[in-house]
Amino acid sequence: MKKQSLPELQKICSQLRRDVLRMVHAVQSGHPGAPLGCAEYFVALYFDQLNHNPDFQMNGKGEDLFFLSNGHLSAGWYSVLARSGYFPVEELKTFRKLNSRLQGHPATHEHLPGIRIASGSLGQGLSVALGVAQTKKLDKDSSVVHVLMGDGELQEGQVWEAAMYAAHYGMDNVIATVDYNGQQIDGPTVKIMDLKNLKAKWEAFGWEVIDTKEGNDLASVIAGLEKAKSLTRKGKPILNLLYTEMGYGVDFMVGTHKWHGSPPNDEQLALALGQLEETLGDY
Amino acid sequence: MSLDLKYTYTEKKDTRSGFGDGFLEAGRRNPNVVGLCADLIGSLKMGDFQKEFPDRFFQTGIAEANMIGLAAGMALGGKIPFAGTFANFATGRVYDQIRQSVAYSDKNVKICASHAGLTLGEDGATHQILEDLGMMKMLPHMTVINPCDYNQTKAATLAIAEFEGPVYLRFGRPSWPVFTPANQKFEIGKAWKMIDGSDVTIFATGHLVWEAVVAEAMLREEGIHAEVINIHTIKPLDTEAILESVKKTGCAVSAEEHQVNGGLGDSIAQTLILHNPAPLEYVGVNDSFGESGTPTQLLEKYGLNAENIFEAAKRALARK
Repeated sequence: MKKQSLPELQKICSQLRRDVLRMVHAVQSGHPGAPLGCAEYFVALYFDQLNHNPDFQMNGKGEDLFFLSNGHLSAGWYSVLARSGYFPVEELKTFRKLNSRLQGHPATHEHLPGIRIASGSLGQGLSVALGVAQTKKLDKDSSVVHVLMGDGELQEGQVWEAAMYAAHYGMDNVIATVDYNGQQIDGPTVKIMDLKNLKAKWEAFGWEVIDTKEGNDLASVIAGLEKAKSLTRKGKPILNLLYTEMGYGVDFMVGTHKWHGSPPNDEQLALALGQLEETLGDY
Repeated sequence: MSLDLKYTYTEKKDTRSGFGDGFLEAGRRNPNVVGLCADLIGSLKMGDFQKEFPDRFFQTGIAEANMIGLAAGMALGGKIPFAGTFANFATGRVYDQIRQSVAYSDKNVKICASHAGLTLGEDGATHQILEDLGMMKMLPHMTVINPCDYNQTKAATLAIAEFEGPVYLRFGRPSWPVFTPANQKFEIGKAWKMIDGSDVTIFATGHLVWEAVVAEAMLREEGIHAEVINIHTIKPLDTEAILESVKKTGCAVSAEEHQVNGGLGDSIAQTLILHNPAPLEYVGVNDSFGESGTPTQLLEKYGLNAENIFEAAKRALARK
């Protein structure tokens, strides 16, 4: 895929946010907050970073792979998959509806191209990503495996089992990104279950940690992912702490957990869409 | 008094060794077979594979949830992962991981569960899982296998390596009679009629198949001809074989080292109720945890030995 300029990629971000809001509004269910905050990450990954093949093969041999561990960001993932050619953009309108391939949380059951494992029950994606990454090492396949986790998700114990494994086996073909927005469904993470010093935690587990302080600035996100990639093949797994704002891009949604799992009503949708340019054509 | 047994044995071996030997052989046959174990390599008899194929074997430490996720990832990347631990930790501890990352995602993962049931023995109830078959058979996409002795476990291990899809393979710790043939062909989902009979059918699985063989001889001494069917595959269940047998005998006994609730007996009852209602007696653990003891003592105390199957068959006959 030909690399696109920053302004072009920014247009995709705006469209992705429109897609997310329209999708969750249409069924009055779903999780808009976090995918709005991860738009730059999704677009940077699929349109700039991944050496990937929208002509989907489940085993992903020879291509970079992405796993969404925090499956409730499905609306954002579906949008970027559709916009990058995995399936028709038109299909976004089936999100969360009966007989759709776009399940509420990602699934392989309906054979949606781009999805390799179900996610939704939190804490499992890093383990799966490590399994594929181990397979790539066995097969002398030099591509990279990405995985996105929520910061609240790090409260799950399995994540730390996986963190330990990754360092022990020197899984230096894995780049795990944490959506560090400080919010979870019941409130700010500091109040619900304080994650304390995440950087020190991951470093203590033997990971190479990088900070991407401006997680909603496309150039910074790309630079962060570039840096992460440059650190692969050096014996350590890589953790990218991506500082984002939940609900970014819509002034009344940003920075609060209120929109974690609540859809906008008609009026709120109209207000929100007024702040996001339709760049590639709504589905 | 010595019984006239239809099957006999010259040695006793643990079913977990059947798994370990089958696993090694599967690894030799197919380079895509890989192994994972959560700090129980010796107990699971996975050491020979690890020694021969160190690059294809992954010690995960005491972290079963991660192990299941890793296995799912390896499967989607094209490997055939055999993930081994005790049956308790291979099911109840990681049910959600199996449900989402393996069963719902339809990944070709082989969950290899040792030390299942009461015959684990002295470790006691924390480790004696009696609910695993029920949990696993409820999962869509999951194939559930519980072989009866060393030879059948080895054959089953080789068979699941060639089978595409998630499998739960259950085996155990104790030395047990080896009474089925070496190098047998194992057909997943195909019940094996081991003894022909006409009065009552005994459907047994796992270690209790041997107890059923003994019970058959006891019944024969009283002039009762029992049919013994080895249900090594709990799911998919060979309903055809079950119905065909009960049509002939008119009553049945189920025998398993598992809770009555949710086990093989329930699956058989469901089949009979739907197609051919007939008396069925359950031999299994009745809504109780186990405890420490020798395998023989435990089977006796919890009502799972040949004597109990013998009595259950007579109760079933009386209800015809």
